[in-house]
Amino acid sequence: MLDRRDFVRRLLIDRGDLLVVSGLGSATYDVAAAGDHPLTFYLWGAMGGTAMIGLGLALARPQNRVAVLTGDGDMLMGIGSLATIGVKQPKNLAIVVLDNAHYGETGMQPSHTKSGIDLPAVALACRFKQARGISRIDEAAEVRTLLHKGEGPILINARIKEDDVPRVLPLRDGHAIKQRFVDTLNSA
Amino acid sequence: MHSPIETSWPDAVYAQLRRVGIRQVGYVPDAGHSRLIALCQADPDIADVVLTTEEEGVGLVAGAALGGQRAALLMQSSGVGNCINMFSLLRNCGFACVLLVTMRGEFGEFNQWQVPMGSITADVLRLSGFLTYRIDNAADVDEIVGAGCDMAFDGNLQIAFLLSQRLIGRKQWTR
Repeated sequence: MLDRRDFVRRLLIDRGDLLVVSGLGSATYDVAAAGDHPLTFYLWGAMGGTAMIGLGLALARPQNRVAVLTGDGDMLMGIGSLATIGVKQPKNLAIVVLDNAHYGETGMQPSHTKSGIDLPAVALACRFKQARGISRIDEAAEVRTLLHKGEGPILINARIKEDDVPRVLPLRDGHAIKQRFVDTLNSA
Repeated sequence: MHSPIETSWPDAVYAQLRRVGIRQVGYVPDAGHSRLIALCQADPDIADVVLTTEEEGVGLVAGAALGGQRAALLMQSSGVGNCINMFSLLRNCGFACVLLVTMRGEFGEFNQWQVPMGSITADVLRLSGFLTYRIDNAADVDEIVGAGCDMAFDGNLQIAFLLSQRLIGRKQWTR
């Protein structure tokens, strides 16, 4: 199983103009720990909405690649959005689920994936072009390539260790996070 | 069988959405919005996004705005209840939002199961941070929707238009 910080850092190394949306809780801390970036939209709430923000962004910016990094709890809450994304078939959208099979923010209660609910299988049923699970760190480079070049929609379910890691807290003011993102993208 | 006045209001809404440069429209299929949805689907400049549930549309609006596009959401009053927590995204970040709500559970409603949500829709929207404008007459659609869209996008505000059941017509109970 993967060390979440090491895995996310490898995914986002030399990220270029990759647009990133991070789901609330640990995914946002992991993305922040990999290095703050103005083209990251950090979520601190809106649970279940991360993938759809990725879709709206991917449709608006076909010239960019969009990566959604989020947890299994957020993806499960927004599971219908996989069907919505499957209808639109955005070629530039990839979702990475950081799956520790637990709700980390609320006391590590088991999530549905702990009982074997298979998110890549759901994604494939929703007409994602590629979807699979990974659990070895040597697969990180390949996933990074998919984020930058793979034909979407893509879902990678990354099985990460259940251990607790220190929180790394990025900007929390939603207006500031949004405005920094929009200003940077529009000046690019 | 629609009279000209009945078919004109969705066209008026569509013209305003075009005028303000809406590029994405999220919706859950709805009889009251059927003509407007069809107009959006036929427009190559608008990405129409059919949703499994209305709160997905709130995320869509935010993502579109991050990418520099304007989006609108179409839903029935019942769908407003599905969005409540997700609406916090709009207020937390100051995303403009234009929401067109076809009302159920009011004038002439044949299905009382629509009444509990329909009767609180305006209050729910107000508590969620929306300015709400109710429209009862087709002749008012162009002016009110136009003014509201300008407010939303000029000021990053959340604006909802409540298209009343008198405007959209009583749903006919057919076997």
